[in-house]
Amino acid sequence: MATTSEPRQLPARQSIVIIGAGIVGNSVAYHLTRLGESAITLLDKGPLPNPGGSTGHASNFIFPVDHSKEMTALTKESMRQYKELDVYLECGGIEVARTEARMQELDRRMVSAKTWGIEPTSLLTPAEIREMVPFINEELLLGGFYTPGAGVVDSLRAATIMRERAVQAGMTVAANTEVLGLDVEHGRVTRVRTDRGDIEADRVVIACGCWSPRIARMAGARIPLSPAVHQMIDIGPVARFADARTLVDYPIVRDMDTNMYERQDGGGLEIGSYAHRPIMMDADEIPSIEESALSPTELPFTQQDFEVQMEQALELMPEIVGDESVGVRYAINGLLSVTHDGLPLLGETPEVAGLWSAAAIWIKEGPGAGKTVAELMVHGEAEIDVYESNIARAYPHQKTKTHIQARVGEGFNKMYGIVHPAEQWETDRRVKVSPYYERQQERQAVFYEAAGWERPQWYESNAPLLEEFGDRINRREAEWESRWWSPIINAEHLALRERAGYTDLTAFAIFDVTGPGALDAVQRVAMRQMDVPVGRVVYTPVLLPAGGFKADLTIMRMDQDVFRVVTGGAWGMSDLKWFRDHLPADGSAQIHDQTNAWTTLGMWGPRARDILSSVTSDDVSHEGFGFARWKEIEVGPLSVIASRISYVGDLGWELYVPIEQGARLWDIVAEAGLPHGAVPVGAGVYGTTGRLEKSYRAYGAELEGEYDVVEAGMAWGKVKEPDFIGKEAHVRQREQAPAATMCTLTVDDHTSASGVKRYMLGGEPILTAEGEPITDAKGRRSFVTSAGAGPSIGKHILMTYLPPEHAVVGAQLQVQYMGELYPVTVATNDSTPVFDPDNSRVRS
Amino acid sequence: MNILVCVKRVPLTGGKITLTEDEQAIQTRHLGFTVSPHEECAAEEAIRLIEQHGGESVVLTLGPPEAEEQLRDMMAIGIDRAIHLVSDGGEWDPQATAAAIVAAIEADGTAFDLLLFGNESADAGNYQVAVRVAQALRRPCVTGIKAITADGDSLRCEQEVAGGRDVYAVPTPAVVTVKEGINLPRYPSVPGRMRAKRKPLSASEPTRADARLEMVRLVLPPGSSKQAEVLGHGPEAAPRVVEILQEIGVV
Amino acid sequence: MALTLVFAEAEADELSQQAGVFAAGLGHDLQAIAFDPSETYAPAAWAQTLVGLAQERGATAVVGPGTDRGNEVLAHVAAKLDQPMAANCTSVTAGDPVTVVRTRWGGSLLEEARVHGAPLLLTAAPHAVAAAPFAEVEIVTVTDAAGELDRVVRVVERIPASTAGVSLADADVVVSGGRGVGSAEGFSVIEELAALLGGAVGCSRAVTSAGWRPHTDQVGQTGTKISPEIYIACGISGATQHMAGCKGAKRLLAINPDGEASIFASADYAVIGDLHAVVPAISAEIRKVRST
Repeated sequence: MATTSEPRQLPARQSIVIIGAGIVGNSVAYHLTRLGESAITLLDKGPLPNPGGSTGHASNFIFPVDHSKEMTALTKESMRQYKELDVYLECGGIEVARTEARMQELDRRMVSAKTWGIEPTSLLTPAEIREMVPFINEELLLGGFYTPGAGVVDSLRAATIMRERAVQAGMTVAANTEVLGLDVEHGRVTRVRTDRGDIEADRVVIACGCWSPRIARMAGARIPLSPAVHQMIDIGPVARFADARTLVDYPIVRDMDTNMYERQDGGGLEIGSYAHRPIMMDADEIPSIEESALSPTELPFTQQDFEVQMEQALELMPEIVGDESVGVRYAINGLLSVTHDGLPLLGETPEVAGLWSAAAIWIKEGPGAGKTVAELMVHGEAEIDVYESNIARAYPHQKTKTHIQARVGEGFNKMYGIVHPAEQWETDRRVKVSPYYERQQERQAVFYEAAGWERPQWYESNAPLLEEFGDRINRREAEWESRWWSPIINAEHLALRERAGYTDLTAFAIFDVTGPGALDAVQRVAMRQMDVPVGRVVYTPVLLPAGGFKADLTIMRMDQDVFRVVTGGAWGMSDLKWFRDHLPADGSAQIHDQTNAWTTLGMWGPRARDILSSVTSDDVSHEGFGFARWKEIEVGPLSVIASRISYVGDLGWELYVPIEQGARLWDIVAEAGLPHGAVPVGAGVYGTTGRLEKSYRAYGAELEGEYDVVEAGMAWGKVKEPDFIGKEAHVRQREQAPAATMCTLTVDDHTSASGVKRYMLGGEPILTAEGEPITDAKGRRSFVTSAGAGPSIGKHILMTYLPPEHAVVGAQLQVQYMGELYPVTVATNDSTPVFDPDNSRVRS
Repeated sequence: MNILVCVKRVPLTGGKITLTEDEQAIQTRHLGFTVSPHEECAAEEAIRLIEQHGGESVVLTLGPPEAEEQLRDMMAIGIDRAIHLVSDGGEWDPQATAAAIVAAIEADGTAFDLLLFGNESADAGNYQVAVRVAQALRRPCVTGIKAITADGDSLRCEQEVAGGRDVYAVPTPAVVTVKEGINLPRYPSVPGRMRAKRKPLSASEPTRADARLEMVRLVLPPGSSKQAEVLGHGPEAAPRVVEILQEIGVV
Repeated sequence: MALTLVFAEAEADELSQQAGVFAAGLGHDLQAIAFDPSETYAPAAWAQTLVGLAQERGATAVVGPGTDRGNEVLAHVAAKLDQPMAANCTSVTAGDPVTVVRTRWGGSLLEEARVHGAPLLLTAAPHAVAAAPFAEVEIVTVTDAAGELDRVVRVVERIPASTAGVSLADADVVVSGGRGVGSAEGFSVIEELAALLGGAVGCSRAVTSAGWRPHTDQVGQTGTKISPEIYIACGISGATQHMAGCKGAKRLLAINPDGEASIFASADYAVIGDLHAVVPAISAEIRKVRST
């Protein structure tokens, strides 16, 4: 195109190039300059201030309450910034319920609001809703969840102010500049090629919204998201809004049961929908700015997808929507970025060093995510721990178009859905099946997905155990808690505790650190001493620079220069990247991903030794095979790496064999276990009941960046001599009294007002006996990090961080669940488990 | 009064037109569709005339199956029913188009007092379909009309010309083509949209005669070789702008 | 020698003269025909007259200007003869069949077409070629062959345009606003500048659709086609719809915050910036210049 509108000359060399000048790119830019970074250029192929991405057509409203801690934290931080920028209009918002199921969900919203400290919020009756939104048909409604702090932002203005601030700090801006390529040398990004020349850069941030996959691919990296369509119409003029004082005088209404929202927009009413069929696009198919009638992300409206929604809007707001003089003035299919799990993609790409992703972020998270990415780039960690949004989390299959489209399609209609915390995905399953899969099917396993693997949660074939254990197994009375759950889990638990159980651990991520520098490499990352004899297994936290948790995992010393890292599947890829990022610069250590080479079968219980000794001639006695040791043993024709550790707190081993030999291992163990009454047990035992009875912490629940080792009650032993990431902070934390301590609680009474027994599932606020929220000295609320049955102790177990005044054994507190309070007692305030407190079983 | 409005489905283009590889059509993969702007006004005019004088309004299109969307759009703003001459989506020349419309009007049997067209379609711009229909049906025809007043069996039609407006008095039944600006078309209301779904639509598939004005291919006009001289950024450019205006002699 | 009849709206009408130059491309003898100024415009009757002349003289082509009337009369000729007619052609190549290039989308797109008919019926797109006076113009009156149906449509009254203000079509300066103006009130800065320059206010289709300005202000394919000395387009992106209406402008100054707006591709001068800041500054500068 023929213009000379902008200086053609770009800086030849920059420290950082940010691609994309929407709310995210501008926010990253501003925060980088605020953190002292310089030599930054912000590029966009579109014009400013609205380059034509999703920021330009966003509906711009924010409801702060979400069940996810991470998303709520990003939203809260974003709201803080929008207010500081003076672009936040607080108008309140109401999520309305048309169904009883939704009313229960609104109770859960109340709980999450209290858990994350979003206050005030309240439940409204239909009449109260009508009072606040006089044009609503309250007869359709059963109630509403009111968030007075909800509001509307001017995201373009926010982006502009942040950009101006960054420019004042010296940043260069080049609009109308299209990126043509990204050069990578030795796995590191080196150059951004544009239609106005090249810029050499150390770091490149991709903040291109739904174009991000296209830009990432130029460097051979993947930003796994799909552009998806969200339909939006604007109708007007609305007589009632003719004298509007502000852009939004009335609370925003989210009609949750129809996946829609209605909000005043000056003299009009904006109606948006997530209810229609998922309409996805490829990033390559998005039209150019010039070709678009409106903008590249405002695609032609497809009326046929909006027919039902129109009727639903009409019945909810007949006064306005039914007014013949109110016309549909604007209608688009707006593009949004959606990911396979609905979370953003933040952080350095695992494929290319120096190439950062700030993508799949919506208006409500924009400034918070921008700040977070900037902090990650500068400090290696951020104030908000965004481990769930870490772009490195995705396994290769989760980055394929097929998988993304399947999950985005399935997730789309869950946007306003009632999503059970244990709800499983239905689409694109059976991508990764363990060698035990057919045997598990024969046993009628109920499969959940773990890191893409099909993993039994429980086995229906174990139903006869229910009879055996009779009254010791509680039945859940309420539908919500019995959803995605079975009492068989508790029966499997008791069978393991009394005899033995074996469980599929194929989902583990496994990688070997090898080479002359291997010891230094693992010493640097692991908190605990890794200079141990070959044959030892070490369970260790992995810390962030400020001493918070990055991971917890086990490391086997296989040889002088070989360390095998075994970590949970969920964060396996993030952990792999962390280790890789911290390998010695001299190349003296290498890392090899073995995840798909090995399968693991765990077997625990008092009879575990009897079973194992019946199939091996190797010494598996306590004297010959102590705790926290691994040995290579022969099991039938198989050479097995047996590791004596336990996540369920019982005697037993993790048995590793090459994946193609797994089926044979299963057969041997199952056959040998039969006379001992061993049963296959699912992850319901391994991950929840067995773990919680032993007060074992889990990364992603108890352990995360916001808490440190002392608070987690895991600061046993001395601090090792060699340096490790987070050491300085860790030493300091050991010297201070913790602001909160991880405690295990038991529920004293489950009976609700209606007489039905209710069981917490996690995420609920812990309150004082007086019903007040508990906040520690660092401003963190106490909430249930994990919840589950403890069948051996006959109690429901909750884990939570409590400040010192409450972290007292025997303290009487309360937990809020579904609008009611239940009494709980602090059972332990350190790593002492509620079951087998001396840990005699695991060391027998 | 019974009025037939003829409309054409056309893409809503942006700032740049791109062509399909075979150069037979505009690349519409990312484009929405509408009816030609003049025709939108023709439909609005029909609705207003019916609101005033009573009767039935009917919309007709010759177009691909997807053109039903445009017929529903017109019914959403108040047209009573629709006739869809379903084409294979290929180009129909003006003679074939006019013949199909004439046949459809005869088949429909309604005694239309007024046939309304847009002055020309936004895309092909052949300026002749309405005239051909009028000649075939032996009805008077006026074009480029910016105001219509119905008075008994006569229509007073005003046409913008250099220096003013020319007025025609046309006896009905008549054919009138209108230009945008005759009215400001209304937006469809939500109830209107819902009613439109249930309004009657009759579809038939006319046979296309060989084109006598045969499109061979589309060609993008050579781009402007202009290189705009940037006079400046923001208000600081004002003195330079005024210099230019002085050079031209308008200041 | 084959004969082409050229329908001229008036003896010295520029666009009709362009049609004559265009028609010369066929290599035929040319005969320009204009109706006596005393004849009231009656398109079908005029067409019948041309049909009669063409048949009498064995004309192989009838060509008119691509104006409202040129197209209308030729359309009637085509309908009466049941022959194809190509409107708004930019070039014609003799042959069998004759091929033409004609405009679509108000000139934003061209079409190559074959015309299968005789006589050949064409109109010439305005400004595709430069005008040259006709050697001779034959003045005719409506033929007796025109029947009642042909004569019934005729101009019965002429309402002169109000003389207040400069008409958009005739103005030497047009200052236009687009979506970027933001509101009806936002046009005050445009009006101010237009008034200072003695020009007319224009707008884009987005603006009339939003109800900010009357349609009479609309410049574009479906609005007014303008040909000022300078066209000042403020906050207009340059959609094809709009550009079709301002092709006749001698110079184009575009003011837009988006340096890559497609309007700049057609502009002679560019100011990158927000019209709400730039336009008042220009007005102030004009006042300053005039007061000194």
